[in-house]
Amino acid sequence: MPATIKLSALAVGASATVREVPANAPAFLRFREMGLLAGAPVSLVRTAPLGDPLELTVRGYHLTIRKADADHILVEPAP
Amino acid sequence: MALPPHISAGPAAAASRTPVYALVGNPNCGKSTLFNALTGLKQKVGNYPGVTVEKKIGTAYSQHGQPITVVDLPGTYSLAARSPDEAVTRDVLLGRRADTPQPDRILCIVDATNLERNLYLVHQILDLGRPVIVVLNMMDLAASAGLNVRVARLEHELGIPVIACEACNSKGVIDLRLAMSRPDLPLSRHAWDIPAPIAPAVAELQASLTANDGKHPLIARAEALLLLTDQDSVRVAGSTPLSPRTADILHSWQKRWAGEGTDWAGTLVASRYDAIGRIATEVVLRAGDTGPTASDKIDAVVTHPVWGWLTLAAVMTLIFVSIFSLAEAPMNWIDDQASALATWVKQTMAAGDLRDLVTAGVIGGVGGVVKFLPQILILFFFIGLLESTGYMARAAFIMDRLMSRVGLNGKSFIPLLSSYACAIPGIMATRTIEDSKDRLVTILVAPLMSCSARLPVYLLMIAALMPTGTVSLGAKVGLMLLMYFLGTFGAFAFAWLFKRTLLKGVPPLMIMELPPYRLPRWRDVARHMLERAYIFLRRAGTVILGISIILWFFAAYPKAPAGATPTQQLAQSFAGRAGHALEPVIAPLGFDWQIGIGLISSFAAREVFVSTMGVVFNAEAKDDDIAPLREAMLAAKWPDGRALFTPLVCFTLMIFYVFAMQCMSTIAVVKRETNGWKWPIFQTCYMTGTAWILSFIVYQAGRALGY
Repeated sequence: MPATIKLSALAVGASATVREVPANAPAFLRFREMGLLAGAPVSLVRTAPLGDPLELTVRGYHLTIRKADADHILVEPAP
Repeated sequence: MALPPHISAGPAAAASRTPVYALVGNPNCGKSTLFNALTGLKQKVGNYPGVTVEKKIGTAYSQHGQPITVVDLPGTYSLAARSPDEAVTRDVLLGRRADTPQPDRILCIVDATNLERNLYLVHQILDLGRPVIVVLNMMDLAASAGLNVRVARLEHELGIPVIACEACNSKGVIDLRLAMSRPDLPLSRHAWDIPAPIAPAVAELQASLTANDGKHPLIARAEALLLLTDQDSVRVAGSTPLSPRTADILHSWQKRWAGEGTDWAGTLVASRYDAIGRIATEVVLRAGDTGPTASDKIDAVVTHPVWGWLTLAAVMTLIFVSIFSLAEAPMNWIDDQASALATWVKQTMAAGDLRDLVTAGVIGGVGGVVKFLPQILILFFFIGLLESTGYMARAAFIMDRLMSRVGLNGKSFIPLLSSYACAIPGIMATRTIEDSKDRLVTILVAPLMSCSARLPVYLLMIAALMPTGTVSLGAKVGLMLLMYFLGTFGAFAFAWLFKRTLLKGVPPLMIMELPPYRLPRWRDVARHMLERAYIFLRRAGTVILGISIILWFFAAYPKAPAGATPTQQLAQSFAGRAGHALEPVIAPLGFDWQIGIGLISSFAAREVFVSTMGVVFNAEAKDDDIAPLREAMLAAKWPDGRALFTPLVCFTLMIFYVFAMQCMSTIAVVKRETNGWKWPIFQTCYMTGTAWILSFIVYQAGRALGY
């Protein structure tokens, strides 16, 4: 299995594929419902001026997520 | 277009009653614009009973002129609700609300530029077993983003009518009206496989919902699916609860899966996205990479580490300069109209208590609040503008890190900032905050931001504190800024405190979409502004009128003997007696009974303090010249001959006004936004309590230091 990293550790401008979103954590359900689920391509567009939150593109739209939450999502960086 | 043979008009549609359409869609998909285009001015805006969620119902007309009721439901990404707004959408669609007719048919608005995520909600809605029309909105934007969205293909895949639309240009609205007028609409042929491990639970819940909760079998299936995804379900007042039997079945399945480690909710979401992915690859053809969009280019500046702050500062400065420069003329005009009206009433009505009630109580009291309407309107205009262009989300994105320090999120920023002009629009704008605790905390602290009604009080006190010529302008400005800083600091400190004590909870996820920038739709912005103002006047109006009359009565009764001056009348009125009664409480702050009268009367609105002081000290106070009042105040003495308005007392009074809840309109609006008297009463107590304690500390410390 290829190496996965935390979504929060992804470099700005880099793309990746989501591998793991916490299961049975009600709070993370909405992220999945918004398309951020295993297998979805994601890229990190930028961080906010103070470094947090992050701006992602997923399924063609822009989504913000705090670093603390992005810590729980594992992604596989695109080569 | 080939329609399937099983034509149905929906379970509840009867020819005799007006058909009810529900309008649903993701946030930022152009739903309100479409609702306005369909219903024009035929709209009713109210509240769902028991919850602070806006209820919008309008009437559209079919192609043959038959009325069609359209319910505009709050925007949501999913039927698994996370906020009261979303819970209302879910409950209305499932027929769980007795106060709203269950929709016969559903209009699902989809943003064509963002088909996959939007189809998730459509996918859930199709399960409801009602006829659905999909409106593919923003087709123009999709085309310019290099997307070819094939309408006929989507229609074929889903088996229901799909209407291409550009709501902001009113394109496609006629086609939609035609589709809505059809007496028969097909049910979706789209079938998706419920994941095998979950299927038995769905079947069992569906059977129980049909048998024990009286649900139509198709709705029951949808509700069963939803109950399983809705792990952290939000319950709101006015929603019919599940029958005990169904709840038991649900809990036993959840317990079983939790024990086995089955990720049932995630499995459901994933299987929906699998089905959607298959549809989307058929429907959307990409013209390849079209490079960065206009939104990407704007964001590169607007959320830039340096330019982002400058943009934010520029936008906010523009708003505040506009408020203070544009609002002044209409505010004076309202003032003039109110006094002209009062004069007219004085001339036409016979002298007496009734005339005084009308002129001083009603016109004076309500006029003092309506005076702030221009400011409130301008603020609502800008809030609407920020929302409709997409900048609101960027401001929240930039500010989230700072707001998170006190446990709030970026969405509280604009409401709090608006409160520097007036807390009312700020509090009404908190509806965009999904998390109910965050929203409540924002409401509770918003009035601590120094609003414009405090300015006249600060100015009067600074004038009394620092006579002209003796102190530099810098010191005066510095003192003023100190008050603004204290209020802001207080707001954040209390937000931090409330989030840690009273309203403690798991910090909610901050999930926010950054929608593409759009040109403002002026008509929608204007409509939004007028709607807010109307809601404020109608909802707060009765409370404001009531308190105005009570305050007038306090100042006018009991009557002084004939020939008494207004000063003497006020001194021996109930207000004057209350001032005396209050003196033991406020004497430790250095305030006497005369200031007490000011505190009581300015409960209506803070700036009333200035005019009350004018009456108390028998000095005419004009907006442009407070010198006579200042002189009269500086001449005021305690009975033992000490000066009343020492610099320390003036400073203490300013501190008091920074923190005290002296605004009946805010109380009325908080009552409306929190659905009861509990929170406005708590808010008044904590704010005024803090004001007293801090004023006490400042005054006593100042005394001890020899001031």
